[in-house]
Amino acid sequence: MNTPTGPAVPGSPGGPPDGSAAPGEPLLSVRGLKVHFPIRKGVLLQRVTGYVRAVDGVDLDVGRGMTYGLVGESGCGKSTLGKAVLRLVEPTAGTVRFNGVDVAGQSREGMRRLRRHMQMVFQDPLASLDPRQSVESVLSEPLRAHGFAGDRSRRVRELLDLVGLPAGAAARYPHEFSGGQRQRVGIARAIALNPELIIADEPVSALDVSIQAQIVNLLEDLQDQLGLTYVVVAHDLAVVRHVSDVIGVMYLGALVEEASSDELYAQPLHPYTIALMSAIPIPDPEVEERRRRILLTGDLPSPVDVPPGCRFHTRCPFRQPTRCADESPDLREMRPGRKVACHWAEEIAAGAIRAAASAHDPTATEVGTPSS
Amino acid sequence: MRPVNPASRGSLLEVEDLSVVFRQRGRADVRAVDGVSFSVSPGETVGLVGESGCGKSVTSLAIMGLLPKRGVRVEGGVSFDGTDLLSLPPDKLRLLRGRDLAIVFQDPMTSLNPVVPIGTQVTEVLTRHRGLSNGEAREEAADLLRRVGIPDPSRRLREYPHQLSGGMRQRALIAAALACRPRLLIADEPTTALDVTIQAQILELLKTLVAESGTALILITHDLGVVAGTCDTVHVMYGGRIVERAPRHELFAEPRHPYTGGLLASVPRLDQPRGVRLQPIEGSPRDVIPWARGCAFAPRCPNRVEECTPVAPELLGDRHGLRCVNPLRSDQPATKAVPR
Ligand SMILES: Nc1ncnc2c1ncn2[C@@H]1O[C@H](COP(=O)(O)OP(=O)(O)OP(=O)(O)O)[C@@H](O)[C@H]1O
Ligand SMILES: Nc1ncnc2c1ncn2[C@@H]1O[C@H](COP(=O)(O)OP(=O)(O)O)[C@@H](O)[C@H]1O
Ligand code: SF4
Ligand code: SF4
Ligand SMILES: [Mg+2]
Ligand SMILES: [Mg+2]
Repeated sequence: MNTPTGPAVPGSPGGPPDGSAAPGEPLLSVRGLKVHFPIRKGVLLQRVTGYVRAVDGVDLDVGRGMTYGLVGESGCGKSTLGKAVLRLVEPTAGTVRFNGVDVAGQSREGMRRLRRHMQMVFQDPLASLDPRQSVESVLSEPLRAHGFAGDRSRRVRELLDLVGLPAGAAARYPHEFSGGQRQRVGIARAIALNPELIIADEPVSALDVSIQAQIVNLLEDLQDQLGLTYVVVAHDLAVVRHVSDVIGVMYLGALVEEASSDELYAQPLHPYTIALMSAIPIPDPEVEERRRRILLTGDLPSPVDVPPGCRFHTRCPFRQPTRCADESPDLREMRPGRKVACHWAEEIAAGAIRAAASAHDPTATEVGTPSS
Repeated sequence: MRPVNPASRGSLLEVEDLSVVFRQRGRADVRAVDGVSFSVSPGETVGLVGESGCGKSVTSLAIMGLLPKRGVRVEGGVSFDGTDLLSLPPDKLRLLRGRDLAIVFQDPMTSLNPVVPIGTQVTEVLTRHRGLSNGEAREEAADLLRRVGIPDPSRRLREYPHQLSGGMRQRALIAAALACRPRLLIADEPTTALDVTIQAQILELLKTLVAESGTALILITHDLGVVAGTCDTVHVMYGGRIVERAPRHELFAEPRHPYTGGLLASVPRLDQPRGVRLQPIEGSPRDVIPWARGCAFAPRCPNRVEECTPVAPELLGDRHGLRCVNPLRSDQPATKAVPR
């Protein structure tokens, strides 16, 4: 995606928060973020018997105007991470700095003011829209709530135009629209207050295949026009690769690899990324026949019982007899711009350690130790 | 592993001009499937692709005789190994379904009985349809679970569906479907609800099954990537009809129908460089016109010409079938995305 050209559109409701962001400092900076959900048992005493470690210590930076893509299997904590950044769920530990401002330290009012600059786009456009509200009212509500000074209905028409909907859409209701159009309404609402950061959680995965490209293109166009910064959460790595500058791969609540989109594709370093990438079908029979698939076995361990040592070791086809099961690998910078959390990344990249078996091997389904 | 050449065998299933009409009180009838014909041979994998609502699942339910009797009209012919399934009495059909025909749905929860342990659900098929004793059935069930990649099968056999993850439930369902060694398996979006790493496991399993036991497989999906890696022949559906059909390599190398080309150009590919702009299909699958008034894709079609309405084009061509009056030319860059 191109580097955006300028700051927020003139006449926008409110400028950026006057944080202490040094020039060149990332717009969003997350350190040691944890979100642990208590599991309670018992009717009266509500004893806490354990924790779902949905997000378990994440560091990441998102530069202004950039798109950061978060991928990983269902339940790995992507959405929870996105929500914790916006403080829609309360983090258990760690810091989130937005534009130099500590998000956790904000009062209720401070948070309200901050949120207009950080917005969320959800997966299911219908679920996040009130069926009894007309589009006009859906879009003018945030304007009203944040004391937008200008002409609200003019701004609504402007927003509809930005997302490629006709002006007549204002008078209609969400259920009258197709999925793609509803997602356009959801995006219009998110950009209503001229935010700087948009967290898009599975923005296209509920849409029909032929519609997904429309929304992907719209998100890209808006970024170019409005200078938006995106965090895109999705399980579809092909979509994420298409839109992202930098990709973070999550597994069981932690980042296991981070790299630029092109480099990640050219050479995935973490065994989980390697397997994930090899599993994604490519709509080209020639390519499919030549590819080597690294199959994983077993299921995603429960985030209640994250495996000790490397959290991927129960399914890792590259697992080694030493270190993997008892020593937790940090996310370290292996090369400039390449972060990976694996003890053996160098050896795996050099081909000195190979996956235990491939898909073309009839024993492939026996690879690794299944978790249970 | 015995290589199976689909062309060397006669077809096992012949679907001939199949139509399904849902009658709705006070509203116009809905023709969900409209004159669909295709065949499947032993050891062959046939793909039905298209977006939601194009009639894939209704086609499979009609083949299996699983549509409700009331308010539904099924026309045309479905012949399985010479037997006409549409006119078969319900008890005979049920027997066939347990033994020769099996179906796996997208949502495994709807097809597994939530109050019966997984093991019982698999062994029941084995005792009922293959006449195994309880002991033999349990042993074979554990073996099936192991084959579909479920770790610790003897423990899992005692568990209930809700105790398994989505991926494991889908594998258990496939194990139950395989228990009767079906000659025809219909897999309706078997991996859509699953993570890609689990999807890869399940697709591999289905491929092995087809190669090893010569099962005929109908794979229903909206994912062209899944089709590219698995199907011998692909049928692309739009608005209840097949609009293009071709052997897999041919379809992807040279899609001729504007809808097929449009789908291929609109999905991002993992191996595509960034900065390539996607080419969406305009409008939405809702914007169809009835086939009675012309080509259903006309409202969205970039190749539309006058002849596209009011008479709908026929599906023409044997090997590479096409329902279009102005198809993509090989030099037309419908599948080539332009740089941003
Ligand atoms: N009620 C339960 N009782 C016992 N074990 C359970 C229960 N629910 C889930 N499990 C186990 O917890 C593990 C994780 O299950 P979960 O449903 O969270 O997986 P998932 O992330 O949805 O996996 P998938 O990606 O395959 O859908 C599995 O080993 C599963 O068998
Ligand atoms: N409110 C909650 N209470 C308890 N557990 C939760 C809650 N929200 C999410 N989780 C758990 O946290 C983990 C991560 O969830 P989520 O971030 O939604 O995953 P993803 O979006 O990657 O699919 C999952 O195991 C999920 O069940
Ligand atoms: S540390 Fe070991 S188990 Fe973990 S990803 Fe690397 S090789 Fe696999
Ligand atoms: S018949 Fe006409 S409208 Fe239909 S796909 Fe072909 S060119 Fe397009
Ligand atoms: Mg999620
Ligand atoms: Mg369906």
